[in-house]
Amino acid sequence: MTSHRKKDFKTANNTYPTNGAEVLLNVLSDLGVDLIFGYPGGAVLPIYDALFKQKRICHILTRHEQAAVHAAEAYARSTGKVGVVLVTSGPGATNIVTGLVDALMDSVPIICLTGQVFSNLIGNDAFQEADTTGITRAATKFNYLIKNNLELSKTIHEAFYIAKSGRPGPVLLDIPKDVMLAPTPYESEKVCSHPSYRPPVEPDRKAVARAVEAMRQAKRPLFYTGGGIINSGVKASEDLQKLVKRTGFPCTSTLMGLGAYPASDPQFLGMLGMHGTYEANLATHGCDVLIALGARFDDRVTGTIDGFSPNSLKIHADIDPSQINKIILVDIPIIGDVGLTIELMLKEWEKSPIKPNEESLKLWWKQIDEWRSIKCLRYKQETANGSVIKPQHAIRRLYELSKDRDKDVYVTTEVGQHQMWAAQYFPFDKPNHWMTSGGLGTMGYGLPAAVGTQLAHPDSFVFDIAGEGSTMMNIQELATIKQYHLPVKIFILNNHYLGMVRQWQELVHGGRYSESYSASLPDFVKLAESFGIKGLRANTIEELDPVITEMLDHEGPVLVDVCVEMVENCFPMIPAGSPHNHILLGPLIENEVKTKTTSKP
Amino acid sequence: MDWVDIKSLKANQLKDTFVTAVFSLIVENESGVLARVIGLFSGRGYNIESLTVAPIEKDGRKSRINILTSGTAMVINQIKEQLNRQVPVYQVINLDEQGPYVARELALIKVVSTGPERTEALNLADAFRAQVVDASVSSLVFELTGKTEKIDAFVDLLRPLGLVELSRTGIAAISRGVQTI
Repeated sequence: MTSHRKKDFKTANNTYPTNGAEVLLNVLSDLGVDLIFGYPGGAVLPIYDALFKQKRICHILTRHEQAAVHAAEAYARSTGKVGVVLVTSGPGATNIVTGLVDALMDSVPIICLTGQVFSNLIGNDAFQEADTTGITRAATKFNYLIKNNLELSKTIHEAFYIAKSGRPGPVLLDIPKDVMLAPTPYESEKVCSHPSYRPPVEPDRKAVARAVEAMRQAKRPLFYTGGGIINSGVKASEDLQKLVKRTGFPCTSTLMGLGAYPASDPQFLGMLGMHGTYEANLATHGCDVLIALGARFDDRVTGTIDGFSPNSLKIHADIDPSQINKIILVDIPIIGDVGLTIELMLKEWEKSPIKPNEESLKLWWKQIDEWRSIKCLRYKQETANGSVIKPQHAIRRLYELSKDRDKDVYVTTEVGQHQMWAAQYFPFDKPNHWMTSGGLGTMGYGLPAAVGTQLAHPDSFVFDIAGEGSTMMNIQELATIKQYHLPVKIFILNNHYLGMVRQWQELVHGGRYSESYSASLPDFVKLAESFGIKGLRANTIEELDPVITEMLDHEGPVLVDVCVEMVENCFPMIPAGSPHNHILLGPLIENEVKTKTTSKP
Repeated sequence: MDWVDIKSLKANQLKDTFVTAVFSLIVENESGVLARVIGLFSGRGYNIESLTVAPIEKDGRKSRINILTSGTAMVINQIKEQLNRQVPVYQVINLDEQGPYVARELALIKVVSTGPERTEALNLADAFRAQVVDASVSSLVFELTGKTEKIDAFVDLLRPLGLVELSRTGIAAISRGVQTI
């Protein structure tokens, strides 16, 4: 990209040589876009025509518009770039709404380009017309209906700036077909701003100093880290590691933040929240200084508000001021990029060698180690031939058999029990390697997300850890995987139930399993084969390792149907409406350590 | 920053104290901004008691929205931050937080009556300094500007005197003194 401003001049007949569709692609290319996900239709035909005539931008045809958004989300999350989606008007636009809300909840920067009917037909109930900006207003960070060709270039630049800056999110551009066809001026503007949009970046140094002072005085501190750190960039994760190491404090993470701090490090307590570890949740409950970095006190993290970390001073660093005091009242708010905040905290911490509470910190770690010694993630896998596979064990083996293969490993998931087990049993040491639908909990996310991730990282392993229920929601993407030869490994933990629904029905609804049994499932092996993809099945424990090995050895895409224990429950679990110290550990552990589970900090 | 104010309240006060607030917003005058603001209120379950909006710049590029709302102190703070993060919003001020301010609204009130009731209505209008902006043999339209409470009082007095129709603008508000938004 050149730093000076390129500009088209009008031709002799006083018009521009390029149409809106061509200008759109030129500007996307200027912005560094080389890949877009989409699905054609009547109102976007001019853009598809322009795509056909150029080579700079590659288009990936998904089999459903929703899948295009999830693929773009995962592409964005695994690279730190902006994901781009192109769909048609009407049903094309309504089909992306789930993906937009997913991206909004998880703060993923994506741009959605939707076609719209001709300007003069808008409002006339034209064929494939929908009020896209109206429908998506609450589903996007911002959206535009482009009415004027003169503003096309500028608006695309602006949209990228809004999607990526501040708290990232989805931005939608609704483009009428006549705008795509009309002669349009092309401008490549590098610097972009919006008159009324000014996201906070620089954290307040005084607030940081106050926070660090509180950290110095802490006797039972805890870092609670979230997806904001991953959004801030790799350096934020590196600085977080330094800060955690220098302070010697324990660190827990939300579902969205996994990978920002290495899971293999002894200072990492695992995930917190509803299905978080015993030690992470009791530490959250018992800490005296809670340092929330790029996290938003989601209800799946806090449990009941009144009982959340009741005796702690709370520090909350977030780029979005509306997250401060939204759910939990905090003592020291720090507004700004969490990466910069961590950097400043590190500098402030280094200023003084005084550690007044070293002894208390040791006692705190002693307490944490005691909680840890319960080994809350234990499960019992029978090893005799013919034994049923435990889902936890299947994920553990997937990790163990893939970790020494000299390939980077990316994991996507669907939503449900398997997602929580993946978060618990598949450790991540690097950011941007874990793509899951956290805020919205969108079933059907994982398979298209694997498409987006694999395209961004063609030489890495991409595993979609899935359930048989969620997989069915976007199963058509097997065709996309086949078309582009994406060596995605789909790892279905098949328990014939919508497992999380079944678990809640067992624990909360008196065992009335209303509509949670997956009757009439396809034969996933044959299904995969019908798409031209290798299908494998592991029925019992002795088949598990060979099947995983065969999957990893195979160069192309593989779908593995792992038949697992049908009624396994996901523990630990904090029942809805309970505080963290009322965590359930499951029958296996509770029977063993009945006395210990009641110990309170 | 004003989180400190909120913090100075005790936790139960924050959640239990119900307050009203007048927000003034300067926004881009473009289609969808009002829908975005209203959608925010309905989507997050906040109250709107009154809302006014009109362009305030010569070129019509900026508009001012005044919103009268109510909620717990915590919710009022949330409303402010949620409004602030909207892309086309330049500025958000909670006038109740900022200091003294003037809030006025305008009402058009139609009364259909004759005889002593009509005379009484005219007398009341005089007392309230309402203008008669339309009159027929059996009807009157009054224009009254003032505080919400004043308009409420006038309207209540006219109810038994043949009030048939009421049109109110909702409040426009501005801070007192040299302070600006």
